[in-house]
Amino acid sequence: MIGIKSYGAYVPLHRLDRSEFFRAWGGIFGMSIPGEKAVANFDEDSVTMAVEAAIDCINGTDINEVDGLFFATTTSPYKDRLCSGIIAMVLDMRRDVRTMDVTGSLRAGTTAIVSAIDAIKAGTAANIMVTAADTILAAPAGDFEQAFGDGSAALLLGSDNVIASVEGSYSVTDEFAGMWRTSDDTFVRSWEDRMILDKGYSSIMPEVISGLMNKYGLTTKDFTKMVCDSPLDVRRHARLARELGFDESQVQDPMFMTVGNTGCALAMMMLVAALEEAKVGDKILFASYGNGADAFVLEVTPEIDKLGYRRGMKNHLASKKSLRNYETYLRWRRLVAIERALRPELGPTTIAGQWRDRKLILGLWGKKCQACGTPQIIQGATLGMGTPTRVCINCQAKDQFEGYRFSDKKAKIFTFTQDHLADTLDPPAVITTVDFEGGGRAIFDMTDRDPDEVSVEMPVEMTFRKLYYDAPRGIHNYFWKTRPVRC
Amino acid sequence: MPEGIKDKVCIVGMGCTKFGENWDKSDADMMVDAAYEAYEDAGIEPKDVQAAWLGTCWGMTATMLSVALKMQYKPITRVENACATGAEALRNACYAVASGAYDVALAIGYEKLKDQGISGLGGTAITTGVASAMTAPGAFAMLATKYFARYGLSPSEGKRMIAEIPVKNHRHGSLNPKAHYQRQITVEQVLNAPMIAWPLGILDACGVSDGAAAAIVVRAEDAKKFRPDPVYIKALQICVGPAEGQMSQVYDYTHLEETYRAGQMAYEEAGIKNPRQEISMAEVHDCFSITEAVIMEDLQFSPRGRVKEDIEAGTFNLDGELPVQPDGGLKCFGHPIGASGLRMMYEMYLQLQGRAGPRQIKNPQLGLTHNLGGFPHLSVISCNIAGL
Repeated sequence: MIGIKSYGAYVPLHRLDRSEFFRAWGGIFGMSIPGEKAVANFDEDSVTMAVEAAIDCINGTDINEVDGLFFATTTSPYKDRLCSGIIAMVLDMRRDVRTMDVTGSLRAGTTAIVSAIDAIKAGTAANIMVTAADTILAAPAGDFEQAFGDGSAALLLGSDNVIASVEGSYSVTDEFAGMWRTSDDTFVRSWEDRMILDKGYSSIMPEVISGLMNKYGLTTKDFTKMVCDSPLDVRRHARLARELGFDESQVQDPMFMTVGNTGCALAMMMLVAALEEAKVGDKILFASYGNGADAFVLEVTPEIDKLGYRRGMKNHLASKKSLRNYETYLRWRRLVAIERALRPELGPTTIAGQWRDRKLILGLWGKKCQACGTPQIIQGATLGMGTPTRVCINCQAKDQFEGYRFSDKKAKIFTFTQDHLADTLDPPAVITTVDFEGGGRAIFDMTDRDPDEVSVEMPVEMTFRKLYYDAPRGIHNYFWKTRPVRC
Repeated sequence: MPEGIKDKVCIVGMGCTKFGENWDKSDADMMVDAAYEAYEDAGIEPKDVQAAWLGTCWGMTATMLSVALKMQYKPITRVENACATGAEALRNACYAVASGAYDVALAIGYEKLKDQGISGLGGTAITTGVASAMTAPGAFAMLATKYFARYGLSPSEGKRMIAEIPVKNHRHGSLNPKAHYQRQITVEQVLNAPMIAWPLGILDACGVSDGAAAAIVVRAEDAKKFRPDPVYIKALQICVGPAEGQMSQVYDYTHLEETYRAGQMAYEEAGIKNPRQEISMAEVHDCFSITEAVIMEDLQFSPRGRVKEDIEAGTFNLDGELPVQPDGGLKCFGHPIGASGLRMMYEMYLQLQGRAGPRQIKNPQLGLTHNLGGFPHLSVISCNIAGL
């Protein structure tokens, strides 16, 4: 039986109330669009959000049992660089892991799922993780800007102990694109909305869902839940359900009021939300739209009750903080030029040094001395470089170390500051010196924090973030930060 | 047990430029000014200098000095140890004459920070992209945060305690025509200054300055040929940490282990048993107000956790029991990195010779200089002692 073995999701901490867009730009016909949207922090992107969901998903599974990682996004930080390779390194996946970045369509997430199922069916892989994340930008002052939100989800697919089996699938491909970006575009482009909706979502989704039901001899009444992503105009989502004959109680909320449209991650995030509420035996219709559509029949198994704690959708949604204002959003998304702090410029990034320190930088691997048992890490917060630990800080034994991962350890703030001079898009920079449970100390920037709530002894956890972009060399510099324990 | 440097080497001439925003002076101008003042003070000609040690944090090779002074094919070494650079230049020059390799050596340090167009100390090194956004004020602010928490001071009590330090240092510096800043400040101004890194405000931070300072060193037995009142080197110590403060939970973040150990080594080399009684005066690395506070404890001028009592009693004032920063310190005199260690020794030298004018301390016997290169959690510390 092939299906979903585990799930995870991530919603950024910050939410922006849509009235803030109205305040800034006024509204269409003088009306404000209701609800709020999830906004990635300035140090988050699709890669870091995919990592968050993947870590949530992998909880309780040995990472060495995962044979593949497929990363779906339409907002990759790189045109030419394998982001699933970066994520696999962060997750400590095997050297022979199969990786793939899937992009180019809003249904990239379900495209990746179809491929994963095929590989598992063919027997070339036992378990594959699919993670999807998006941070799509629309130009300021339009409706689209208000509709998009940021988020991610991850599914672990395999053939044993599945919590929801994939009973069947059906896909169609259509050349028609209601939304697109060229390789040079920052913002999404579209066409007159009635045409793209009528000939796009509102034609193709009914086609694929009817096709699926015909193929497997099912009717709308056979499904407990209809989990379909939505176009930017969320009213078309309700219309799709109505016209297909689904009852309102069967329809999974497309999260327009709470998160916004998270692009190719939306369908998977909605599926995670549905699985959080699912009962054994539930049948789920799962579909995603984009240059055609993919649809699946899922059936929930008794294994679902054995799945341990997940932050998932419910807990991440409940854990939130209001973004101060729209100006902060513009600043975080780098949509306005900001006066830079007159601080020393950061030096050139060394690819050679990053390659040597790849386990430290991406996995936050330190060392544990086998002579005295002291965990230790030196990430060069103040040096700007990692320094290989060859000699123990405690007993000076040479080369008697085993690897020791810090990213999953809880920690407490030993001391901190709010640095008002630091060059950051979210001043003041909160800097923390933290002591890890089990030993080890290091200095990290802190994110997703309220500066006024930071205190000595505060418990923190580690989160994978983008420190900064080295523009002259085109390198996104990822590393770990501390944050208050999220949920 | 090494013999140490005590009484083997003397300083017979020193020079120091005015520190500050020296827009109209280049680095070469300042090196010339400091070196020629030192030559004149020692009564020597440029050709008498047999070797030189140059301290500066940026640039490459010792040609920066040889070209500025047009030194005629002399052996010159460039040294760098962050904020301890100037002290390091002096230390190496002293060792060279003590060994007999040279009879007369020049130690000189400078920095031209204000040409960078930024605040702070600058510096751009290759990085693996993991650098924290933290600034130097941020790193030292963490020292204050922990000091206040450990000793039960509320943020306002803690800020008030350390605010007295820059007020004192400006009071001293206002008596010094070579100091970067020439005005006095009040506790209220310090407390109300804009925050730069909580809990430190802008007036808790030292000046960022241009400047140069120089010394002429000779062996002790030759010193009186140059002047009747040479100043004797009693100790030259450098202590470099292994990053225990950054990596190990052992470090308490309320002191600097490197400072404590450098002080211990210097006291031993100089034969000092009771620093508070025997040291007459000190110039220490008050890059931030909290730094001077914990240095007082690390150098054993004050008991651990009790520097507040000495600050309140005025112990470190010019007319106090143990004057600290008689020239205004980094705070008021300014901090051109490579020059600071030599600038501190310049003040000790003047004080020991009774040439410090309105700042003159009564009958000083031993003066201590202390530089801190780096951060609370990882530093290079110099601790030098000179006397009559």
